[in-house]
Amino acid sequence: MKIVVGHLYPDYLNIYADRGNIAVLARRASWRGHELEVRTVSVGAPVEPGEHDLLYVGGGQDREQALVAEDLVAKADGVRAAVDSGAALLAVCGGYQLMGRSYRDFHGGDLPGIGVFPLETVAGETRMIGDVLLECELEPGVARTLAGFENHAGRTKLDPGAEPLGRVVAGFGNDGESGFEGCRVGRAVGTYLHGPLLPRNPWFADWVLAQALAHRLGEPPVFEPLADDLEQQAHTVSASRARSRGGRR
Amino acid sequence: MPLPLAAEIALARTAGRLSRLAGAGGGTTVPGKLLWRVDPGAVDRLAARLPLGSAVISATNGKTTTAAMAAEILRQRIHLAHNSSGANLVSGVASTLLDARGAELGLFEVDEAALPEVAARVRPRAVCLGNLFRDQLDRYGELEHVAARWRSAVRELPAEAALVLNGDDPQVGELARDRAGAVVFGVDDPSVARPSLQHAADSKYCVRCGTPYEYAAAYVGHLGEYSCPNCGHARPALSVVARDVRMQGLDGVAFRLQTPDGARDVRLRVPGLYNVYNALAAASLAGALGASLDEVTAGLERFSAAFGRFERIAVGDRGLLMLLIKNPAGANEAVRTIVDGGAPSLAVIALNDAIADGRDVSWIWDVDFEPLLPHLGRLVAAGDRAAELALRFKYAGMDGDAIEVIPSLERALDRGLELTPPGDELIVLPTYTAMLALRKIVAERGFVRPYWERAA
Repeated sequence: MKIVVGHLYPDYLNIYADRGNIAVLARRASWRGHELEVRTVSVGAPVEPGEHDLLYVGGGQDREQALVAEDLVAKADGVRAAVDSGAALLAVCGGYQLMGRSYRDFHGGDLPGIGVFPLETVAGETRMIGDVLLECELEPGVARTLAGFENHAGRTKLDPGAEPLGRVVAGFGNDGESGFEGCRVGRAVGTYLHGPLLPRNPWFADWVLAQALAHRLGEPPVFEPLADDLEQQAHTVSASRARSRGGRR
Repeated sequence: MPLPLAAEIALARTAGRLSRLAGAGGGTTVPGKLLWRVDPGAVDRLAARLPLGSAVISATNGKTTTAAMAAEILRQRIHLAHNSSGANLVSGVASTLLDARGAELGLFEVDEAALPEVAARVRPRAVCLGNLFRDQLDRYGELEHVAARWRSAVRELPAEAALVLNGDDPQVGELARDRAGAVVFGVDDPSVARPSLQHAADSKYCVRCGTPYEYAAAYVGHLGEYSCPNCGHARPALSVVARDVRMQGLDGVAFRLQTPDGARDVRLRVPGLYNVYNALAAASLAGALGASLDEVTAGLERFSAAFGRFERIAVGDRGLLMLLIKNPAGANEAVRTIVDGGAPSLAVIALNDAIADGRDVSWIWDVDFEPLLPHLGRLVAAGDRAAELALRFKYAGMDGDAIEVIPSLERALDRGLELTPPGDELIVLPTYTAMLALRKIVAERGFVRPYWERAA
């Protein structure tokens, strides 16, 4: 089955290995007999209703983030409609911040967000940088870990009752205080974790793929496991980095 | 009461010898760190004693090679204090000053982030700025922040200081606007341009208005001939130019060097377009320091390699070719260079994640390793993050069975050598601390002298 990914602003928000996340989705889809088609949705182009099974938006440096923020507001209705109608969404770092309601930079300037996630972000004086390990329970009763790297000045506050992606085992997370990282609304997930996120967390890559297929099928399919020895090895090293040195200010 | 400078110097030098005797590596920064702690102002006073003053070189990529090329040009006539082993923070500069008895001119490569402080302390008579690429965001912060620090460092320079700039880098070339007399260098040969900007290109947007630049030619990363279709911001006029560039695989690269004093044909014994940039920077700086065009040309042609950057080491009946990789733009050039020299069927790639490598290893996913894949039959993935590197190649489409994960550098090196037929050369791409460790391993086997004995 064809899975259509809308990659938002790959020409602006594409550092911290966002390319790696897309490569992992494409390979793991093809190993299951599916085909991932990645379509660029950049400045000036609309998000058409129903076109995408998954929207992906990555991270960028402050300058690039400011350059796309205004354009994203013009796409807001399209992105929200896609998510409301069951498309999956993965937003990393800068993209995660822009999918909240607003981002205030260190000088007090406001970038608008589009409110897919119930959260607001305010930049702090120091960056939160380091390896990070989360414990997640995306399906009731199934606890898994996510290992990644975070590097952000933004302190992200979730609205009361909002669902985080996971609990911080080691590292900073959303704001260095709450003990939570990321945000989840149905099939939409936002997170600060790069590294990139998906190669060393194959279970989560499969979860995202399954959510994208659920947009087509109504239900997320159950995948046969793949030989993920290398992935597990990388996960173990990354997780041990987070446990031993975690974040630093 | 502070110690007299002479006593501080004696104390710090002794510490360096003790560190070497204790086997703690080169001890190249131990004396400087100690001096730095005892009396930070001693660095200023030591630098002020140099009769011909100092020159500093900074860049994300190529500063070690550029400084080594400039040293090769200048050392015939001038006794240099040069931090040739890459200790490029204030403490490394301090150590070099301590070691350099009788030196006339300080020649310092300087870490991008340390440039403002080093410049304020040594008060250079010439500053050479090569390029700004995204590098270790976890350590340096975003590119914009480094660029802002450079802008203020340049503003603080005394009016008589010479400024040498790479005009092909939008952020660096822009520094020429406010400084009459800056020497601006660049490449002018569309025949060696890339067909398009690479994935890792960083400064793609106009430094003034944010519109994507149009590139008449993109040479290395975002270095090239750019102009903004919106506000007209464009590459400044070049005064030192490379034209008629001829790549010669792994053997070298030749070009026509054009300067205000005339033109010469130059053949470098190190390969790649990025080394043409390093040569332009070194030629411009040496010229600003008074070297003649003939001295420049002869020095560049004598230059063979800088420490670990492109180094051939004979290991018994096999060879090692080591190319440092440390960020996407630099690694892309290393890949391009070895593919141009005949794509290898085997490579050892070593990824460490110590502070000096960058703890965030995500940058390997922004490197275009793909040109290696069609010929690469086997990859030995090494270093502390070997598995992560293996994943980079697995998800690029390499067969998992063709990848060996061997974190131990020594065992990975031996495996690589074992797979290399006698008489052949093993390609090794290490990150910074992996490079140091690999050199130490081959040094212990007697194939290369330790780096603290090599400073010429």
